[in-house]
Formats: sequence, structure tokens, C-alpha cells
Amino acid sequence: MAWEFSNERPIYVQVSDQIVSGILTGTFKMGEKLPSVREFAIIAAVNPNTVQRALSELESVGLIETQRNTGKYVTQEGSKIEMARKERGELLATEFLKSMAALGYTSEQTIHLLEEARSGEGSSDERSDT
Amino acid sequence: MSEAILECKGLSKCFGPNAALHDLSISLPAGKIIGLLGPNGSGKTTLIKLACGLLTPTEGEIRVCGYKPGIESKALVSYLPERTYLPDWMTVLECIEFFQDFYSDFDIDRATSMLQSLQVPANARMKTLSKGTKEKVQLVLVMSRHAKLYLLDEPIGGVDPAARDYILGTILKNYCEDSTVLISTHLIADVEKILDEFMFIQNGQLVSYASTDSLREDLGKSIDQYFREVFRC
Repeated sequence: MAWEFSNERPIYVQVSDQIVSGILTGTFKMGEKLPSVREFAIIAAVNPNTVQRALSELESVGLIETQRNTGKYVTQEGSKIEMARKERGELLATEFLKSMAALGYTSEQTIHLLEEARSGEGSSDERSDT
Repeated sequence: MSEAILECKGLSKCFGPNAALHDLSISLPAGKIIGLLGPNGSGKTTLIKLACGLLTPTEGEIRVCGYKPGIESKALVSYLPERTYLPDWMTVLECIEFFQDFYSDFDIDRATSMLQSLQVPANARMKTLSKGTKEKVQLVLVMSRHAKLYLLDEPIGGVDPAARDYILGTILKNYCEDSTVLISTHLIADVEKILDEFMFIQNGQLVSYASTDSLREDLGKSIDQYFREVFRC
């Protein structure tokens, strides 16, 4: 199944985001071998050069490693993955607060809503936009 | 390696009083998938035909891997025309054999496996096939060569979206790092994620030539959006 891409951001950034998601959600496990550039290109239906660029970004932040002659692997350092998880979480949280603010909620009200939703009292569903 | 796969210098082509291409200069590198985009009548097909040697330039020159269009260049170029030219009395299998006779870089295993996954009946005569299926056959033949330059003129125009995905996948799977694929199409949204670079031409002149991701980085736009802006009617 081809991956979905939005129009505004460079495709390589979106490819690397999706690979990070794969690492965080366990599709690609710690220390596991990743598909090759060409395999990724075909899975995602994007240009191999785009995949190459996405992978080198991830390599530069240490999330993946190249082992000579055998390919690319997810890092074995849990701390790197945790860092990426924290980064991603913070980003989602900030974006969520921003969209709530756009709806007219203060941070306190938003937190209150979240608590309500968690305890199952809130009848209103969370907005699911990005 | 740094040698340009396709190079045009001051290239012009006139049909009578009308200039289809006017003073076009561009150099396309190896290892890229490049979109050749422009409104109707902008000169896309003319450029492709010049590169194949089907037309001769009125002025300027065009070179493929350093060769002027001729015997040497034709061995390096795999061309998908707008319309299929395969004789309609031939069967699909005969077309494959025909190509194998013609081109030393033809990979028959690749062709048969692609036709199988596209579920094209090998023993059917061309004239019994639908328009879309004929296009698939033609594309399979073209992509089964190990060429340096693939010139695809509207490769996905007539086929359904599922086959379109398969065809784009085929292009990704089969092109190699030292060859270049030039795709002319109107279906920009469908092809843009497989493009490294794109060139816009209009009235036979180059409007822009850039990399897909740099467009998104600099302007925050997809090629499709940019195209609609540049060529707004």
C-alpha cells in the first residue's frame, strides 16, 4: 500500500517521519534490519533517491545505523529511540494545544477536557484533526 | 558519470511558421526520474521526438549521452510513444519476440513476469485488447529494456488507477542508478512522488527546472499546485 503524503512538506521529510513512526510503534524493532532503499521506495511508492535522503537524515540523528555490506538497521540504543519518542510526543502536544487554542480553549480548559475524556465523563469527543 | 544523459543547446523546432520549441537549453543528469510537464501544445512531445531522432532540429542541437540522435543513441534510448505502433495482427508474445530481436538490451524474463502480474493474456492478438491493455503491453516492452534514457510520453494516461500504481512501481523497480527516466504527463499528482526533478515548458521554452523537494522546501507547494499557479488560464 502506497504511503499518503501531504502537499506542503518535502516528501523525504514525510518519508523519514513515517519510518520514525514505524520505529516508535514497533513495526521496525530495535536492532532490526530495515528494508533496502529500493524496497522502501516500492513500499512507499516514492523515488529511491527520496528514500536515500530520508534514511541519511535518520542516520545523522542516530536512529538508524549502516552495517557494512549488510544494510541499514534500527539503532540498538534505547536512549536514541526514547529521545525520538519524546520529541514526537512534544510535537503532537504542542500541535494539539494550538488547535485547541484556535477553537477558543485556554490551556487549562484543554487540560480539563483531557481529564474528563480520560475518566470517560466527557460526552464530547476529542477533535481528531492535526 | 557526470556526463549529461540528455543535453539540449539552443534547441528549436519549427513546423512552418509555428515554433514548437524555441531556443531550449537544458542538461539532464543520470540517475533521476524527471517530469516533463507543461500545458497542451507546449512542446513536450516535440522534445521527446527530437531526442529519439524522429524529428530533426530546425536549429541548435540535442545529444543523448554525448551522441547526436542516430544509431548509437537509439540503442540507449527506450521510447514510449503517445500512440502504440505495434501491429494489431501480432500477439502479445510475438510483440515480445519482436522487441527481443530488435534490442540487445531487452530482458525477456522481466517482460513476461510484468505481463503476468498485469494479467495480460500472452496469446491474445493486439487488436483484441482494450486501449488500456495495449498501453500496458507497450509500456512493459519499453521498461523491459536496460536503457540509459527512458522517454515516456504519457505513460499512464489511458490506464486505470490500480494499473497506474503498478506502472509507477514498475518504473521505480526497473530504473537503475545510471539511467534517467523522463516522463511527460498531465497527471502530475499521480507521478509527483516518484519524481526527483521536474521541468515546466510552455510555448516551447523552459519555464522552470527544479527538484521536487526543493520546491516544497522553498515554496511549500506540490508540483501540482505550482503547475496550476504557473499555467493558470
